[in-house]
Amino acid sequence: MGVEIEVNDLTKSFGKQLIWGDVSLTIPAGEICVMLGPSGTGKSVFLKTLIGLLKPDRGSIIIEGTDIASCSERELYEIRKLFGVLFQDGAMFGSMNLYDNIAFPLREHTKKSESEIRAIVMEKLDITGLIGTEHKLPGEISGGMRKRAGLARALVLDPEIVLFDEPDSGLDPVRTSFLNQLIVDLNAQIDATFLIVTHDINTARTVPDNIGLLYHKHLAMFGPREMLLSSEEPVVRQFLNAQKIGPIGMSEEKDADELAAESDQELPPLPPIPMQLEPSNGIARRSQREPGAWCREQGITPPPGSFEDNISMAPGA
Amino acid sequence: MASSTATRVLAPVGAAGNLFAFALDVGRGLFRRPFQLREFIQQAWFIASVTIIPTALVAIPFGAVIALQVGGLIKQFGAQSFTGSASVLAVVQQAAPIGTALLIAGAGGSAIAADLGARKIREELDAMMVLGIDPIQRLVVPRVLAAMLVAVFLNGLVSVVGVAGGYVFNVGLQGGTPGAYIASFTALAQLPDLWVGLLKALIFGMIAAIVAAYKGMNANGGPKGVGDAVNESVVITFVLLFIVNFVLSAIYLQVVPPKTG
Repeated sequence: MGVEIEVNDLTKSFGKQLIWGDVSLTIPAGEICVMLGPSGTGKSVFLKTLIGLLKPDRGSIIIEGTDIASCSERELYEIRKLFGVLFQDGAMFGSMNLYDNIAFPLREHTKKSESEIRAIVMEKLDITGLIGTEHKLPGEISGGMRKRAGLARALVLDPEIVLFDEPDSGLDPVRTSFLNQLIVDLNAQIDATFLIVTHDINTARTVPDNIGLLYHKHLAMFGPREMLLSSEEPVVRQFLNAQKIGPIGMSEEKDADELAAESDQELPPLPPIPMQLEPSNGIARRSQREPGAWCREQGITPPPGSFEDNISMAPGA
Repeated sequence: MASSTATRVLAPVGAAGNLFAFALDVGRGLFRRPFQLREFIQQAWFIASVTIIPTALVAIPFGAVIALQVGGLIKQFGAQSFTGSASVLAVVQQAAPIGTALLIAGAGGSAIAADLGARKIREELDAMMVLGIDPIQRLVVPRVLAAMLVAVFLNGLVSVVGVAGGYVFNVGLQGGTPGAYIASFTALAQLPDLWVGLLKALIFGMIAAIVAAYKGMNANGGPKGVGDAVNESVVITFVLLFIVNFVLSAIYLQVVPPKTG
């Protein structure tokens, strides 16, 4: 069963440049969360701060009672054993083949025999569909395979928390769909806490239980998927529906003139909320909620056509 | 404004401090178990393989230049019979450690910086830390020890090749007599000269590897960052080595009295 991550007033800047400030959120145990944001808003920095690779300027990150932002190096190495991280390019060790890469954490941290290691590695290779490539070097396989291999390595120590740094960057839409399905199936299987950092809207709309949006150096909104997908908040609405109209501009935010110029433009209606991706074996995940449950509880009418099968994906995605 | 000037002026101090802190981390990592024997052997073999041939090729002209220069000078003093001795002194005490250091820094250090830099920008080092493994203990310590070991051996190689080169040039080109060259070997040189040469090589190897590893592990900004890291590591190492060599030589000359007669 996964572990909760509690983030309080987290602030990070590089030199004088503030990356984001006062980010507070609680990532619930065992659920899938997506952290969204326009390019360059420090999503990856957020992820690296969560694992203690970067020290925040202020604030705390509490996991199982330990504050990652202020704990000692030794405690940090200990708490990191709870984590599995999928890096953007897989971050496979270039000098080892895939088998040794995936076996690496087991050989370093456990006293398992080679035959036990072999069984575990083959199982993870099987989950990620990499059987037959175990003797290839990371340089010899495609980017998508490297990502899956990185995922296999991240899973090998049975993590309680799995972080994904842009699992869909550089992948074609079909591979992205497969990877998303894999993420949902994995969550159903191991019940760990998942945090996905991405800017792919399709992933954000269909995979997670919760969505967060980083924008303009702060956390604009964090909450259940249906809350953000039915939100009228301009930034959330613009980003989740990939529209040009809204406060987000090409480089950073738009200035007052630009906003005034588009103030009389009619916003397109919110697109219907799609069904959440379900595990492929049809058995619901522990943290999964009935479609539309949140909207009913809050008395919000979802956009027409929501939660119907076969509705089209987000525009522009 | 004042604070930004202060920041700029103090920036090199901060960088030096970071390098020193890194060196301390490496020192602490030396005693942490398990020791990475495999990585150590691989790295020692790798550094040796990239440095042996260039070192030998550099050592021959190095010995020759010293023989020519010192030989010419000594002839003017009318002390030809001491050419061998002067050559041994110069090669063993100065030329061998410095030649070793240049090659360890230029060939070995640049390879270490490039390797660690590439791992850094591919996020391999981050991945390693996230897997609960300290890259300093796992990667840097074996490299530093390997560079020190290879530096000591290379120092021996340069000494032998340099002295032999000096012999060939002195006897072949300057009309020195073989007997005089060899017989005078021990006239001025003494055993501590050899020890100090080895000690210097050991320290130079350590500095070269630590600077290279530090620069590599702090590379950022993509492939260009790795190139910059390699470049900076070689330049910084060279400067440091010549300063350290000066200090060590000065101390040695004070502590060990020159041999007389």
